[in-house]
Amino acid sequence: MKQKVKFTFPPKLVQEPVIYKLGVDFHVVTNIRRADVDDTQGWVVLELEGTQRDIKRGLDWVREKGVRVDPVSGDVVEG
Amino acid sequence: MAFATALRCRECSREYPLEPMNICEWCFGPCEVVYDYEAIRKQISRKSIEAGPLTVWRYRDLLPVGDGPVVDLHAGYTPLLKADNLGRMLGLDNLYLKNDCVNPTYSFKDRVVTVAATIARQMGFDTLACASTGNLAGAVAAHAAKAGMKAYVFIPADLEKVKVVGAAIYGPTVVAVNGSYDDVNRLCSEVADNYRWAFVNVNIRPYYAEGSKTLGYEVVEQLGWRAPDHAIVPVASGSLLTKVWKGMNEFKDLGLISEVKTRMHMVQPLGCSPVVTAHAEGVMSVKPVKPNTIAKSLAIGNPADGYYALKVLKESHGTATAVTDPEVIEGIHLLARTEGIFAETAAGVVISGLRKLAQSGAIGKHDLTVAYITGNGLKTQEVVEDSVKTWPVQPTLASFRHALAAHGHA
Ligand SMILES: Cc1ncc(COP(=O)(O)O)c(C=O)c1O
Ligand SMILES: [Zn+2]
Repeated sequence: MKQKVKFTFPPKLVQEPVIYKLGVDFHVVTNIRRADVDDTQGWVVLELEGTQRDIKRGLDWVREKGVRVDPVSGDVVEG
Repeated sequence: MAFATALRCRECSREYPLEPMNICEWCFGPCEVVYDYEAIRKQISRKSIEAGPLTVWRYRDLLPVGDGPVVDLHAGYTPLLKADNLGRMLGLDNLYLKNDCVNPTYSFKDRVVTVAATIARQMGFDTLACASTGNLAGAVAAHAAKAGMKAYVFIPADLEKVKVVGAAIYGPTVVAVNGSYDDVNRLCSEVADNYRWAFVNVNIRPYYAEGSKTLGYEVVEQLGWRAPDHAIVPVASGSLLTKVWKGMNEFKDLGLISEVKTRMHMVQPLGCSPVVTAHAEGVMSVKPVKPNTIAKSLAIGNPADGYYALKVLKESHGTATAVTDPEVIEGIHLLARTEGIFAETAAGVVISGLRKLAQSGAIGKHDLTVAYITGNGLKTQEVVEDSVKTWPVQPTLASFRHALAAHGHA
């Protein structure tokens, strides 16, 4: 399956190869579409491709690292 | 005659046919409706608008729907009231309130949903859906009822009863999601991907959002065809502020008014103010937050249009203000006591924000100022319950006299 997500990195994680590890450790193919990252903070909009299980495990790991994971289109729940 | 021609990605400018989608396939940027303004210019005039219905549909040529009937509960064309009492307190001579509390389901969301329901039906959908903490749910359920469509509204399981009733009464399927805010959000974005429904603020969002432009058009028209000097707008996703600005500028570009010198002022509750924070830090990228505020209608921690709202502030030399929860409540009281309007928490944010802007001198005494009151207070009564007082008396004149004296009214 494919899933579109936005990662928001806190300052301390910007230097870590989180996206690279998603591929190597979790077999999730990543495809970056847009990004805005400098050395202190940033976000990346990307598509993930893999089995549902791998994507879930991968995203759980990413969140555990302290990266915020959101749907690409922003919050869906409105007032 | 319909004048919308395409969807266009706001980031990479790729164009797409007018279909249900909100995200550019190429760069995942948000899509926006494109119009044939040359053709609109030939068709539209102050006269033609003034001859239209007293609803948002008087601006139909500037809304992205095809020909044929619309799903209409009479959204829009709400009162613009001169607020002399409140103005006197704040030192503003020329203050107006756009009172959107009196829409069919009591918030400005009827404007966006009447457009969304109409286009959804034209695209052949039989189901309207949304995820909401109140206002949007009511608007979607009511318009679906009117349109004869099925409706699914997703709400957080701990939502206040009055808001659940305010949506459920129209007969939608109400799905109460047991989980944190983030869980609800994640689930609903997956649901939107997996069912062929018109999810008003997901796959229909580009069309839906255009409905908010009418809050720009109406104010201009009601002020006698001029744009105000200042507009104060509550921000959740940032869509409303962006579209009010777009609406006023479309009127200028179409030659209906000569200039727009409006400064757009954004207000957010401090407990969910990611866009105000970005503005204060002078950055254009909005860092998501976890909302924690009584202003639930503005509690969007990851606002889809935050960046575009910041751009509008830049273009219009606007400001950004956050107010605390106690200030939200003060704002609700102040509005009710001075102007006789009982509005919800979003308006409490607006009124307290307005007060700060007046105090700081950002708004001058004689400036033509419009504050947007976007939702009805009956929906968020719980936040003011503790701050309203009654006099308990026995059914005797003596007891009443005693109460009068005790409160110093005698
Ligand atoms: C009453 C009220 N005012 C203002 C807003 C802000 O709208 P937006 O998400 O377009 O910024 C909302 C909804 O989100 C709302 O319910
Ligand atoms: Zn694009």
